[in-house]
Amino acid sequence: MEFQSILSAATGGHGLAVNPWASVAYLVAGVLFILALRGLSSPATAQAGNRFGMAGMLIAVVTTLLTHAPATAEGFLDTVGLVEILVAIAIGAVIGIVMARRIAMTAMPQLVAAFHSLVGLAAVAVAAAAYLNPQAFGIADAAGEIFTVSRIEMGLGIAIGAITFSGSVIAFLKLNGNMSGSPIMLPGRHIINLGTLAAIIGLVAYFTFDQSPWIFWTVTGLSFLIGFLLIIPIGGADMPVVVSMLNSYSGWAAAAMGFTLGNTAMIITGALVGSSGAILSYIMCRAMNRSFISVIAGGFGADAGPSDGGSKEQRPWKPGSAEDAAFLMSQADTVIIVPGYGMAVAQAQHALREMADQLKKEGVTVKYAIHPVAGRMPGHMNVLLAEANVPYDEVFELEDINGEFAQADVAFVIGANDVTNPSAKTDKTSPIYGMPVLDVEKAKTVLFVKRSMGGVGYAGVDNDVFYMDQTMMLLGDAKKMADDIVKALSGSGH
Amino acid sequence: MDFIAIFSIFVLACFVGYFVVWSVTPALHTPLMSVTNAISSVIIVGALIASAAAGSASSKWLGLAAVVMASINIFGGFAVTARMLAMYKKKER
Repeated sequence: MEFQSILSAATGGHGLAVNPWASVAYLVAGVLFILALRGLSSPATAQAGNRFGMAGMLIAVVTTLLTHAPATAEGFLDTVGLVEILVAIAIGAVIGIVMARRIAMTAMPQLVAAFHSLVGLAAVAVAAAAYLNPQAFGIADAAGEIFTVSRIEMGLGIAIGAITFSGSVIAFLKLNGNMSGSPIMLPGRHIINLGTLAAIIGLVAYFTFDQSPWIFWTVTGLSFLIGFLLIIPIGGADMPVVVSMLNSYSGWAAAAMGFTLGNTAMIITGALVGSSGAILSYIMCRAMNRSFISVIAGGFGADAGPSDGGSKEQRPWKPGSAEDAAFLMSQADTVIIVPGYGMAVAQAQHALREMADQLKKEGVTVKYAIHPVAGRMPGHMNVLLAEANVPYDEVFELEDINGEFAQADVAFVIGANDVTNPSAKTDKTSPIYGMPVLDVEKAKTVLFVKRSMGGVGYAGVDNDVFYMDQTMMLLGDAKKMADDIVKALSGSGH
Repeated sequence: MDFIAIFSIFVLACFVGYFVVWSVTPALHTPLMSVTNAISSVIIVGALIASAAAGSASSKWLGLAAVVMASINIFGGFAVTARMLAMYKKKER
C-alpha cells in the first residue's frame, strides 16, 4: 500500500482534475468537439470541423499523458510503461488508418457498426480496469471501498458499454451479410429481454451495497447477452435505426465513464454523441413511419421478397429501352433522378453521373432527390453520390424537392421502390401507409429502372407507379441500363 | 468535482448536442456518425489512466487493450470522415 500512496502523490491524489490546467484543457477539448459537429452544418465547413475534432482529441490525450504519466515506485517517469502506451496507440493507429483507407463507401454502415463495437468494448475494459484498481481512478477510499456514486456510474458504464458491443457485433454481421438480415424471433423474447434488463438494473442497485466481484461480472455478462438479444429480432430494413441507436449508446457509455472519472471532455462528448445518435434514430424512424418501440420490438423487414403476390391480377405496364429513355430525357427541360440502394448495389453511381453530365451538356437541368432511407444508414446515399463526383448542390432532400416533381418532365427512378410508392399516401391498409414518399407520379414521365417486374422492395408491396400511363419500365441491371443510356445519348446528340 | 457540478455540465451538453445536431445538414449524416464515433473514443482518457497506474497488472492490461481499441476508432474515425468530406464538391461553373 505504501507505493500506492506515493503514486497518488505523483499523480495528484484524486485521480483527476486536481490540476486546474488539466481541467481547462479537457474543457477546451470538449468545446473543440462541439465545433467539430457544428462544422457539419455545411459541406463547406465540414473539413475544418473534422480538424477541430482531431485537435480536441490530441489535447485530451496529451493532457492525460502529462497528468497521469506512468510512474515508478520512486515517483520518477516509468519509460517502459510510457513506451507500452505509445506502442498501443501506434497499433491502433495503423489498424484504424488502414481500415479507413480500404473501406468501400457502400460498406460504410458495417464500418460504423464495427467502430461502435470497439467503443463499447473499450468502455467495458475501462470500467473493469477501474473496478480492479479503483484507487488509481480516485474513486475509492484508502480501504478500497468504492464510493457509492461511482459504483452506480461504473455499473451503468459497463452495462451500456457491453450492450453497445454485442449489439454492434450483431448489427455488423447483419449488415455485412455474415448473418441473415431476417429477424430471428425467439419464443417469449419480450419476457426474456425484460427479465434480463430487470436483473441488470437490480444488480446495479445491489452493487451499491456490495462491491463483490460476482455482481460486477454478472452485470457485465448479462449486458453482453441483452445487447445480443435486443438486436437479433430486428430485420435488415430497420438497420439504419439500429446503427443510429448504437451510435447513441456508444455516447452514453462514454458519458457514464466520464462521470466516473469526473472528466468534462468525456461528459461533453458523451452527451453530444448520445443526442446525435438519438436524433438520427428519430429521423430514420420518421422517414420510415415506424415508431421507435416497434423497431426495438423487432420482426420487421426480412430480406426475402414478396409476402403475398400470387393472387394479384396482372396489370398492364409499358416497357421501354435505353434509347427511348435517352430520347425522352434529352428532350426534357428538367430531370429529377431518384436513386435508391439498389443503384449502389449495382455500382451504377458513376454511370449515372455520366448520364447526368451528358444531359447537362444538352441543356437539361438535372437534380437528385434523396429519401432519408435511400441508403443503409443516415446520409449514406449522399456519400455514394459524392464519391461519384456528383456536386452536392445538385442533391436535394425529400422535403426540399418534393414540390418540384409536378414541374419536372422526367422522374428517373433507379434502384428505389418503396420510397416512391404513392400507396403510402392513400392506402390505409398498406404496410408503408404514412411513410413520407417522393411524389414521382406527379412528373410528366416516370422512367423506372428495375431488375424485373417480380421483385418488390423491403416492405413487400406492389407499386402503382409501375402501371401508370406516363410510366415506362426500364428492366435490367441498373449499371448496364445507365451505361446504355449514356451510349444512346452520346450517339444521338450533336 | 462534485456530482452536481458534473451533472450540470452533462445536462447542458445534452442541450448543446440537441441543437448542434439538428443544424447538421442531412447530406452529412454519415460523416456525422463517423466523426461522433471518433470523438466518443475520448474514452481513451480512462484507458490511459488505467494503463499508467501501478497496483494491478490486470487493470493495466485491460487499460492497454482499451487504448488499442480506442486508437483504432480515433484514427479510423477521423480518417474515414476526412476521406468522405473530401468527396463533397460544389458544382463547377
